[in-house]
Amino acid sequence: MAVVFQKPKSLADVPLHYCPGCPHGIIHRLVAEALDELGIEGKAIGVAPVGCAVMAYDYFTCDMIEAPHGRAPAVATGIKRCRPENIVFTYQGDGDLASIGMAETVHSAARNENITVIFVNNAIYGMTGGQMAPTSLPGQVTQTSPYGRDVNHCGWPIRVCEMLATLEGPEYVTRVAVNNVKNVKNAKKAIKKAFQNQIEGKGFSLVEVVSACPTNWGMTPQKALEWVESDMLPYYPIGVYKDRSAAKEEK
Amino acid sequence: MAERVLMKGNEAIAEAAIRAGCRHYFGYPITPQTEIAAYMAKKLPKVGGIFLQAESEIASINMVYGAAATGTRVMTSSSSPGISLKSEGLSYIAGSDVPALVVNVQRGGPGLGGIQPSQSDYFQATKGGGHGDYRMIVLAPASVQEMASLTMKGFDLADKYNMISMILADGTIGQMMEPITFEDAEVATYEKPWALTGTEGKRKHNIVNSLYLKPDELEAKNFERFEKYAIVEENEPMWEEYMMEDAEICVVAFGIASRVAKNAVVAARAEGIKAGLIRPITLWPFPKKALAAAAEKVNGFVSVELSMGQMIEDVRLASGCKKPVALCNRAGGMIPSPDEVLESLRKAQKGEY
Repeated sequence: MAVVFQKPKSLADVPLHYCPGCPHGIIHRLVAEALDELGIEGKAIGVAPVGCAVMAYDYFTCDMIEAPHGRAPAVATGIKRCRPENIVFTYQGDGDLASIGMAETVHSAARNENITVIFVNNAIYGMTGGQMAPTSLPGQVTQTSPYGRDVNHCGWPIRVCEMLATLEGPEYVTRVAVNNVKNVKNAKKAIKKAFQNQIEGKGFSLVEVVSACPTNWGMTPQKALEWVESDMLPYYPIGVYKDRSAAKEEK
Repeated sequence: MAERVLMKGNEAIAEAAIRAGCRHYFGYPITPQTEIAAYMAKKLPKVGGIFLQAESEIASINMVYGAAATGTRVMTSSSSPGISLKSEGLSYIAGSDVPALVVNVQRGGPGLGGIQPSQSDYFQATKGGGHGDYRMIVLAPASVQEMASLTMKGFDLADKYNMISMILADGTIGQMMEPITFEDAEVATYEKPWALTGTEGKRKHNIVNSLYLKPDELEAKNFERFEKYAIVEENEPMWEEYMMEDAEICVVAFGIASRVAKNAVVAARAEGIKAGLIRPITLWPFPKKALAAAAEKVNGFVSVELSMGQMIEDVRLASGCKKPVALCNRAGGMIPSPDEVLESLRKAQKGEY
């Protein structure tokens, strides 16, 4: 009988700890499929963050390390500089990448470090129970912005892709979403390209995946995906913000 | 063949690291240790290595963490305020049991402090610094020669025990020049089956990690790690004894303070004061047995330190508080003169501790 659907080899056959309706499972699968399809699982070394994906080291079947909060790109740099023949990726959330780890993010991009960064933006700190993130939207109610994010008090959410695209360094910076089938398919293409870039030695490739957090947003999974479309994507538009090689080809 | 050269202490560390097979250095500039980075920036690319200036001390120690996790011999260096920033990473590296060499060329503190020599990071180096139960092997060079030899030794001990070796130097030893000899030494290699190298589809994945959410597992990991530390405490203490055979007063000092103290011991002997010196070379593991043995025969101890008195606590503990312990100290970047130390020995001779 023909197999039409199966678990990617790069994803371990273990129960994930994520909440019901959480898109981390989808994003894990997309990363694992990319590793499988490019045949790089045996060469891959993944860097897990601090946050909801902290236990990603148990879920991917490649070699893994767990980095301090926000430091994944620095840890990945250390690995890649020692073992350039390996494929090194980080998997980070918005608190990890865009708040405490912003310096590591910006500077690894500026160095055009030949690594792949998967950045899951769900506009909230999930693991600690739903606090305001650097990407929480204006007015968004969280545990630490109980009256809604007041931009006059705590500033504006950060658009990571737009900011990194101003740098000379990075090769590829793109934003995708996983709120519907079409977007998931495009997210897969972007993630695969981000790994392909590393194989070809092109340099720093970051895929921001706009995601949802039904539990901490206080929504049903269905409603949360609708909120991605209605509220998240207008502030964080899908698109390719930098693609140096493609831009060169056009010229 | 052995090679004799005139070198700065900081450069001796860098050259010794290269001779020990270190090809990866990640750092961030800070006085008074920047010569190490400069030397590495110049030399490493010529020998197929990587020098990378990180965006911060925090990033550099995490680059070291990643590099160490691949089983690669790696180092970083900094000075006191920079080591505070690296302490998060030190705790993770210790909690993941991967080897690395970290150099602290100490300056006065706390805070931004100053840039003159100090030994006031003794507590930070020997008692933790970062969070959690962990130890580092702490080596305290007292000469440019030892900056080199202890760097080589430090790499070896780190690999042998999968621990951090810290070179706890001070601004004086880092900045001064002395002739040193580089002996041709065999660099031992160690199996690292835990290293991140890619599974190549041939083995189960390796995980380098310090997270254990089940408390019984984390406890077991801590107990296991401390069994290793006990072996280090048994096998690795190093110290030097000077004129201790008939000593009635034991001076305890490390690093640059020990050189001043040695002069004071000689001067005291000329006055008929039977002084001797114990110089800890490893600050952790502290040479407890040497201090315990001394406590049986001397009348008292004088701890000479460039701090407000940190090692003195270990001197009291190791000597079982059997004899009085005086403190002779300067702080904030000041160094005691041999006369100041001699004066404390004269007092000790009169029983004034």
